[in-house]
Amino acid sequence: MTLTFSAALPQRRFDVSFTLRHGETLAVLGPNGAGKSTLVNLIAGLLAPASGHAELEGEVLFGPGVSTPPHARNVALLAQDALLFPHLSVLENVAFGPRSSGASRRTARSTARTWLAEVGAAGFEHRRPGELSGGEAQRIAVARALAAEPRLLLLDEPMAALDVAVAPALRSMLRRVLAHRTAIIVTHDVLDAFSLADRVIVLDGGRIVDDGPTRSVLEQPRDPFTAGIAGLSVLHGIRTAEGLRTTDGDELRIAGGEDLEPGSACTLAIRPSSIRVSASRPAGAGNALRVGISDVEPRGDLVRLRAGALAADVTPATAADLDLGAGSTAWFAFRAEDAVLYSATR
Amino acid sequence: MKHSPGHARVPLWVLAIATVGALFVVLPLVAIVVRVNWGQFIPLITSESSVDALLLSLRTSAVATVLCVVFGVPMALVLARTAFPGQRILRALVLLPLVLPPVVGGIALLYTFGRQGLLKEPMNLFGIQIAFSTTAVILAQTFVALPFLVLSLEGALRTVGTRYEAVAATLGAGPTTVLRRVTLPLVLPALVSGAVLSFARALGEFGATLTFAGSLQGVTRTLPLEIYLQRESDPDAAVALALVLVAVAILVVGLANQAGVRGRFSAGSLS
Repeated sequence: MTLTFSAALPQRRFDVSFTLRHGETLAVLGPNGAGKSTLVNLIAGLLAPASGHAELEGEVLFGPGVSTPPHARNVALLAQDALLFPHLSVLENVAFGPRSSGASRRTARSTARTWLAEVGAAGFEHRRPGELSGGEAQRIAVARALAAEPRLLLLDEPMAALDVAVAPALRSMLRRVLAHRTAIIVTHDVLDAFSLADRVIVLDGGRIVDDGPTRSVLEQPRDPFTAGIAGLSVLHGIRTAEGLRTTDGDELRIAGGEDLEPGSACTLAIRPSSIRVSASRPAGAGNALRVGISDVEPRGDLVRLRAGALAADVTPATAADLDLGAGSTAWFAFRAEDAVLYSATR
Repeated sequence: MKHSPGHARVPLWVLAIATVGALFVVLPLVAIVVRVNWGQFIPLITSESSVDALLLSLRTSAVATVLCVVFGVPMALVLARTAFPGQRILRALVLLPLVLPPVVGGIALLYTFGRQGLLKEPMNLFGIQIAFSTTAVILAQTFVALPFLVLSLEGALRTVGTRYEAVAATLGAGPTTVLRRVTLPLVLPALVSGAVLSFARALGEFGATLTFAGSLQGVTRTLPLEIYLQRESDPDAAVALALVLVAVAILVVGLANQAGVRGRFSAGSLS
């Protein structure tokens, strides 16, 4: 294991343990206040845990009575803001890490040029940070972090402060430089997790609620919380010959899931956009559930209707025709082939 | 920026009161200029005692400013970047000379470094005599000027924050490297303007100097003391020297403003 981490910080209700393999990129997902930044700051050494132990490639980061200072941890941190040193040129910013670890000015600059070329910012050498756009500055911050040759790279929502127009270019650059690199990326964007990470942990309330390979965690979520992050609804139940009997006793017919033992605990995932909503029981043999609407939430050009763990997206016109509000009842229907059925245990 | 009265952004009565306040500050300066005996100006400010006083003032103020930087920068860093019990009380005590009457500061220094002062034994041991010497002038000036530097630098350090320092540390820079390559360059404008303000305060020092250092021509009689002394015997000389001090003060305030503008500029580019 490259990184073993275990730390508790009771005043922030934080208690997290995990390990990371060499060359693995881990995405940390979770809502605001879940403890994502606490995790990053603990690893970087900007925050001290109340108890716990962490090692990176055999060297102790912190433990009972020990705490390695941030500059001796070989952990580079890339934050939401690029935080380029405003008094240094772009080249000197990127050369900062190598210079700090004792490289000569000449060597440090040549290392810096290599990394600037790697992130596609070779022409920016002599610019001042004040003259750069947000996307350019973040590119150079990536080069600066990598030039320090960290054993572990921490990225704390690196795309959150950028225009949506420049985020894709930075994401594909990160995808290139993060390949086979030990890194942890904190994000609330599922797309970042899918495109950058081999593995995902989901934090909620300072605890890990899910941990596994990216596609498995996000496409077959085990709990409603992770499902919400992945943009899915989940129902739990028991496998039947035709599909699933939900915990509420509804019989559903689902295609697939043949490998699951009848009688075993199963989870069904469905996209809110695949659910059709009607006021009365829809005709036909499809799956239909009578639900109580708990929340109506406008989302741009769609309206999301929530009914417990389920959600359905309808057009504003449909929402108006149905005249649904919190407390009213409706029918949620979906086709057998739109749902995914999988084992409730990973 | 141009403000025409028709587009004033403040009520007229505010403008009126502000004008009276500004006149209150500016008129006395005009009065000095009017009162100067221009025919004798050059001989008056180049007399032996005047030149002695001016050179002594510049020399001691320069040394006091260096001392303010040497001790004030670490003090500001400790106040801005660490937390310990009693820190607020310590800050208040360190900034006390700002509000203390300088003559009280002079008495305090006398009872610390004087012949019968608190440190008389270690000082006698090394045969050091400070009171009523040029060293005493420098100590008095440093005592009153130090808070200016500490205050302006501490504020700048808090404004800049610790985020750049944290990034520098994760890039492998040890605490001294972070201080040298990140923290100090970021607060340089505030350091310069703090040093200029300290210099100005040292240059104007009167009460503490007179009490602790006395008034000996060429040794402890700085320009403000010379002006006070000449006021009795040769009012023309006093006014001429006063104008010299006003000119130096205007120069210093201009320099401080310049540094302040650059400071705000770089602080603006932080966000």
